[in-house]
Amino acid sequence: MKLDARIPAGPLAEKWDKRRFDAKLVNPANKRKYKIIVVGTGLAGASAAATLAEQGFAVESFCYQDSPRRAHSIAAQGGINAAKNYPNDGDSVQRLFYDTVKGGDFRSREANVYRLAQISSSIIDQCVAQGVPFAREYAGYLDNRSFGGAQVSRTFYARGQTGQQLLLGAYQALERQIGLGTVKMFPRTEMLDLVLVDGAAKGITVRDMVTGQISSYAGDAVVLATGGYGNVFYLSTNAKGCNATAIWRAYKKGAGFANPCYTQIHPTCIPVSGDYQSKLTLMSESLRNDGRVWASKLKNDKRPPEAIPEAERDYFLERKYPSYGNLAPRDISSRAAKEACDDGRGAGEAGLGVYLDFADAIKRLGEKTIREKYGNLFHMYAKITGEDPYKSPMRIYPAVHYTMGGLWVDYDLMSTVPGLFVLGEANFSDHGANRLGASALMQGLADGYFILPATIADYLARLKPGAVKTDHAEFRKAETQTGDLVKKMLSINGKRTVDDFHRELGKIMWNDCGMARSEASLKHALQKIPEIRAEFWKNVKVAGANEELNQSLEKAGRVADFLEFGELLVRDALERRESCGGHFRVEYQTEEGEARRDDENFCHSAVWEYQGEGKTPVRHQEPLIYENVHLAARSYK
Amino acid sequence: MAVTGLLLLGFVIAHLLGNLCVFGGPDLLNSYAYHLEGLGPLLWAARLGLLILVLLHITTAVQLVLENRKARPVPYQRYKPVETTYAARTMAASGVIVLAFIVYHLLHFTFRVTHPDISHGLDPHGHRDVYRMVVLSFGDPRVAGGYVFAMALLCLHLSHGFKSLFQSMGWNSIRLEPKLAGISRLLALLIFIGYSSIPLAVLLGFVKPAGALS
Amino acid sequence: MNLVLHVWRQKNNSEKGKMVRYEAQDINPHMSFLEMLDVVNERLIQKGEDPVAFDHDCREGICGACSLTINGRPHGPERGTTVCQLHMRHFKDGEEIYIEPWRAKAFPVIKDLVVARQAFDRIIQSGGFVSVKTGSAQDANTILIGKDTADKAMDAAACIGCGACVAACPNASAMLFVAAKVSHLALMPQGQVEKQKRVLNMVRTMDNENFGNCTNHYECEAACPKEISVDFIAQMNREYLHASINEKR
Repeated sequence: MKLDARIPAGPLAEKWDKRRFDAKLVNPANKRKYKIIVVGTGLAGASAAATLAEQGFAVESFCYQDSPRRAHSIAAQGGINAAKNYPNDGDSVQRLFYDTVKGGDFRSREANVYRLAQISSSIIDQCVAQGVPFAREYAGYLDNRSFGGAQVSRTFYARGQTGQQLLLGAYQALERQIGLGTVKMFPRTEMLDLVLVDGAAKGITVRDMVTGQISSYAGDAVVLATGGYGNVFYLSTNAKGCNATAIWRAYKKGAGFANPCYTQIHPTCIPVSGDYQSKLTLMSESLRNDGRVWASKLKNDKRPPEAIPEAERDYFLERKYPSYGNLAPRDISSRAAKEACDDGRGAGEAGLGVYLDFADAIKRLGEKTIREKYGNLFHMYAKITGEDPYKSPMRIYPAVHYTMGGLWVDYDLMSTVPGLFVLGEANFSDHGANRLGASALMQGLADGYFILPATIADYLARLKPGAVKTDHAEFRKAETQTGDLVKKMLSINGKRTVDDFHRELGKIMWNDCGMARSEASLKHALQKIPEIRAEFWKNVKVAGANEELNQSLEKAGRVADFLEFGELLVRDALERRESCGGHFRVEYQTEEGEARRDDENFCHSAVWEYQGEGKTPVRHQEPLIYENVHLAARSYK
Repeated sequence: MAVTGLLLLGFVIAHLLGNLCVFGGPDLLNSYAYHLEGLGPLLWAARLGLLILVLLHITTAVQLVLENRKARPVPYQRYKPVETTYAARTMAASGVIVLAFIVYHLLHFTFRVTHPDISHGLDPHGHRDVYRMVVLSFGDPRVAGGYVFAMALLCLHLSHGFKSLFQSMGWNSIRLEPKLAGISRLLALLIFIGYSSIPLAVLLGFVKPAGALS
Repeated sequence: MNLVLHVWRQKNNSEKGKMVRYEAQDINPHMSFLEMLDVVNERLIQKGEDPVAFDHDCREGICGACSLTINGRPHGPERGTTVCQLHMRHFKDGEEIYIEPWRAKAFPVIKDLVVARQAFDRIIQSGGFVSVKTGSAQDANTILIGKDTADKAMDAAACIGCGACVAACPNASAMLFVAAKVSHLALMPQGQVEKQKRVLNMVRTMDNENFGNCTNHYECEAACPKEISVDFIAQMNREYLHASINEKR
């Protein structure tokens, strides 16, 4: 596997300009002859499909939901970063770039991150022009708030529904193109395989989730914007349908998978309440702007939070990280909460929670202001827990939230498979080992609105459009394989449900490869996962038939892939013998319990290459070269 | 619906004001009727206009009901609305009954076919004795009761219709909305009281036949 | 807690459906309604029966996928709540619960409790956007929008497109959904240029999609999980009248 990131030469600030200038273009009259397949309609997918169609390409867009508007980007709450420096507090492209690289624990590509920071401002302009109702100051100017991992206010937001509003903006742009006939939309259609012809991505095989029909679509390039793999942990803040099937099947067709062990555990989620729990709910990190995080100083303290006097409270983030305090980055905050709970000082029945307290903020700003800022989040918390957060502090606990790893892409966002582009959370590009709050929306939209539409032409211009049609033998082969897999799952008729397997896998992943990982736990997981997988293929029970809407079958396919993918994630975690960002190996920590990086041996992205069924994948390295940033120990003290 | 409804409401109010002349005694009412009829072609134009309005109101209503039924071909097994009112849900029924009443009402007072014995007299000025016709008709508790019942339904219809037309015409606003239901009910109630006061006054003897006056 | 469920089962769009009775035993009151259904489904699968199909995804009340009518009310008895955020603690032990799909001609049943809501997408296609191509925007702060206006636009824009308004309306009308988008964009300066064309096209598309008409019952507002106000319907009616008059000129 050749890993050529194709980073343009020249000074950091000029690379993107240079790339755009060097790129080949497609003659406007020829654009409509090129067909681009876009899978996924979240921020990255919808914005890419809409923009490519605006440029004149023929686009086909696919999503598993009943409408593109429901992709899980919609659930992002807090905001989107941009180096606008409207508050005049010292922000700049350089600072956003630096914060992101540092936040990612120096495990991302400089050139990509710098480009992201450069583009960030245009994203806000674009979204405002679309009519996204961002929060405003009384004079009518855009309002900003601060977010974890930054000391400037650069986060734009629309109440606690920023993801929703940005996605609806992209969705509306997409629907406009559908109405114009430039995008053909296929909802309730799940991609089950990537089709390669002569080594290049030329199409996909899909299952119509209503009729069960398996068919293929051919294109000149395939774009995956299918999100992350957080659901490998079963419980996560992802939507129930989020899955890794598209990127996993692409991996099995030859796309390199980078840094799967980089998973982000979000510090402010509502704690698990029972075994039946189907998902975890995130409370936006923006809450940490005004909420103070604490745990009791005493072990096994079963008093209600109000009964714990000030002197017996440990505001552990403020204590440990005085300069960032409650706004310390996510990985650090999560680990600190876990430490408090491991120490027996956790809140709630199971002791798996810490308090997020707004009493001070309500006293300082008044309940009305707090309600205006976080009303919907408080409302949501009250709905789920039946407790009133205006009166007593919230209980929070970390939960799997985002995955920084993904398919490896070069500077043009093209994977190791020619013609296969990967956007948003599905790729590994910009966040290194940890993502800063409000940066996922930024990256998804940067990829979709601005980067891919500028780079894909360079690939397409070298092709004859429409050279491959679905009558090619490779499509038949993929359809047969996909159909066989479906039949196999339906025929096992064992004893355990799909969810049962998923829960078992999730427990292993969370316990052995969650917030803290050790060689022993990872080896344990490496032994257990193949066992679960083997049992799955012998003992799973999938109800119904293929030729109907069959949610049990849909889940089975996704869990089958997670059962394979989980192993790769654990293997990557085992091989990365250092701690960095969201990847914390207990063997590699400082005396104070902070992550200890090993820049000498691990300043690279690990890229995995599939070798075939039952064979150990090969680990390649893309060295990370820092020319503009000094590799420092990350400190938020 | 809203436009025709609003115009018809205008008629309902004007008609009420005319009717209330009954409390001014036979001379006032009879001369009001005399002048009204004296308008001649203008009156017929107004009547034609009203007829067209009623027909339009009915046609749009029928269209609306049919389209709305078609919009939910499979009904709910359980359906528990929470916000809507009795008036809103019975608009079609109250409309049909009020229509039937209007037909009877026209036969009664305008074409004077239902009570020929009391409907064709002249008053001392030689004007048609509308006063006598009204008072003697409402002396019959069945006629008065039917009238009051129809007015109740009309006002039920109006209590939703009036509020509704503000919404449909886009005149509603955040400030108006909370008050609108109250205003609408009050208006309907006033109209009901106005109309019903006539038969009730007759029955209770506050308004007596002209002969009894002298 | 133990419950008796009456669930609408329908194999596909062409076959007739019926209510089927299921017993849901040992339900934890802290479960969400959908988690309760998960448990029922797991047990059905284990018994070799077909599980109940229902739409759901984010399970945090924002994607708009979940769409159950519970005891005659879309999204169930709690105001401002999607089914996925509705918890079993709001039901009584031994209660009989009727679960039905959204019922509207415009939302045909695909299976059991799953309906097709593409009509909403088609309404958006007909005008629910600002026609700005990527890259052509000016600096964001050159468009000033008063806080009150932005807040009001956000109130309308909060719509999650779940369709509860249609499901709740005695006439299966989509007025609140359309009004929310029309008003959101009509309130913002960015939406002014296409304002009249937008409202005309969106209302006409709505009319062609087999939705019923608004007769002002306000059930939509009561059922809306985002509590979007019927004032926006008045605003849309205003925009529509204005645009239709201008169109004739």
